[in-house]
Amino acid sequence: MTAPLIRIRDLTKSFGITPVLRGVSFDVNKGEAIGIIGPSGSGKSTILRCINALVPFDSGSIHVGEVDVGAPNLDRIALRRRVGMVFQQYNLFPHRTALQNVMMAPVQVLKQNKAEVEVRARALMRKVRLEGKEGAFPGELSGGQQQRVAIARSLCMQPEVMLFDEVTAALDPETVKEVLVTIRELAEEGMTCLIVTHEMAFARDVADHVYFTDSGIIVEHGDPKTLFSAPTHERTKAFLERVL
Amino acid sequence: MDVVADFFRTLNATTGWNFSIFHDAFDARRFWSAFWVTVQLAGISVLFSVIIGIAGAFVQSMRFAPLRWLINGYIAFFRNTPPLVQMYFFFFALGAITPTARDDIGMDVPIVSSFVWALVALSFFAGAFNVEIFRSGIEAIPRATVEAAESLGYSKLKAYIFIILPLAFRICLPSLNNNLVNLIKTTTLAYAIGVPEMLYVANQIWSDTLNVVEMMNVLLILYIGLVSLLVWMMHRWEKAMRMPGYGA
Ligand SMILES: Nc1ncnc2c1ncn2[C@@H]1O[C@H](COP(=O)(O)OP(=O)(O)O)[C@@H](O)[C@H]1O
Ligand SMILES: [Mg+2]
Repeated sequence: MTAPLIRIRDLTKSFGITPVLRGVSFDVNKGEAIGIIGPSGSGKSTILRCINALVPFDSGSIHVGEVDVGAPNLDRIALRRRVGMVFQQYNLFPHRTALQNVMMAPVQVLKQNKAEVEVRARALMRKVRLEGKEGAFPGELSGGQQQRVAIARSLCMQPEVMLFDEVTAALDPETVKEVLVTIRELAEEGMTCLIVTHEMAFARDVADHVYFTDSGIIVEHGDPKTLFSAPTHERTKAFLERVL
Repeated sequence: MDVVADFFRTLNATTGWNFSIFHDAFDARRFWSAFWVTVQLAGISVLFSVIIGIAGAFVQSMRFAPLRWLINGYIAFFRNTPPLVQMYFFFFALGAITPTARDDIGMDVPIVSSFVWALVALSFFAGAFNVEIFRSGIEAIPRATVEAAESLGYSKLKAYIFIILPLAFRICLPSLNNNLVNLIKTTTLAYAIGVPEMLYVANQIWSDTLNVVEMMNVLLILYIGLVSLLVWMMHRWEKAMRMPGYGA
């Protein structure tokens, strides 16, 4: 049994006096796809944001590989190189083309060789099915295309784990599918993924393990088939009845 | 060359319009060197004021409060006092306490010339507004864009250089334009501390040659030319920085 890639223990976090996470613990193994579901405001985004140190947490611990995310002298670049994140809002850099968006961080942050990064970036553009759109600016792409560029942009950092925070929530219904297909392919290729989503059917199909969060705790978790068909907690039942 | 001089000499003889700077060698020499002083004053202070704006806006975005207060104090001082008073302040107040050197005929001359003081005053004056302008541009950038940069491993400084600043520039270019146009016009205040710039020398010429109206016209046209040149360059730059699909 190898050590889990991500190990979270008793994580707590408050914004001001409002507790948002009240003791969250779980492990993510390499190659696993984890679904996180739960009502809005239950702390799903905050968990992901704590994992890549976008927000500091109050107590508990997070380890990503051997990186201690809570350490005062945390090497943020090392962490973020391992952990890619895609957000709900499309947040490509609007002054750069799609290909440049994908190439920027490896070249500017990791100082990798530009020609090598470009080869990788072009391959990733093909992978997310955007061959031919390399020279397009974000403003010229649909929401779904922008999200796929954002996924390619994260992947170009060659992360070990990808965090997806409701990446389809702001998309037109027609383009949701193309983004979900891309994420599914990644998960099937063995990329470790943490997927926060409102798309229950997607979570059921893609995730190896699903966590249901409510008011800052993990209420229930299990393999998706069991969790969706036979939830044991009242809160999980009530939530699933509302969204399914 | 002589054709131009002959034309203006004839114009003077026949109509009394005396554009001495085109046919009188002495007036021509002092006027065009003044024009060059104005161009330098404008060009260098535009450059420094933009640098001050970029650096000041970055410092303002930092967590360290004392530095932020310092920048806020600087902005308050330069925004709320007349630029002419600032010019006097730099030249007389600071000029009095900076060291002097003995020149070859034994006179005490200040190390910092009035030209340099004018440059400093103008750069800080326009720089204060530029800090505010860049800050408003930075504040208009969606939080999500900055977060994306952070999550890709960008440090604060790198995010500022590669993402925040290029976007802020695009957002605040119209106000930056206004402020820099204003700065070019404000270079005339260097007159007050004896910098031989265009207005100062034009004044000397029309006192000597009694051609106030002619020199006024020359001045106005040259300032229009300088401002147009700046506006044209900024426009070119704006086009080069266009973000297709973003309307602006
Ligand atoms: N930066 C913040 N400042 C204050 N409160 C926040 C902040 N971010 C999130 N919250 C609050 O924390 C709670 C959980 O938020 P979030 O993790 O975004 O939930 P979810 O992603 O499950 O909808 C919400 O009540 C939200 O209002
Ligand atoms: Mg959320």
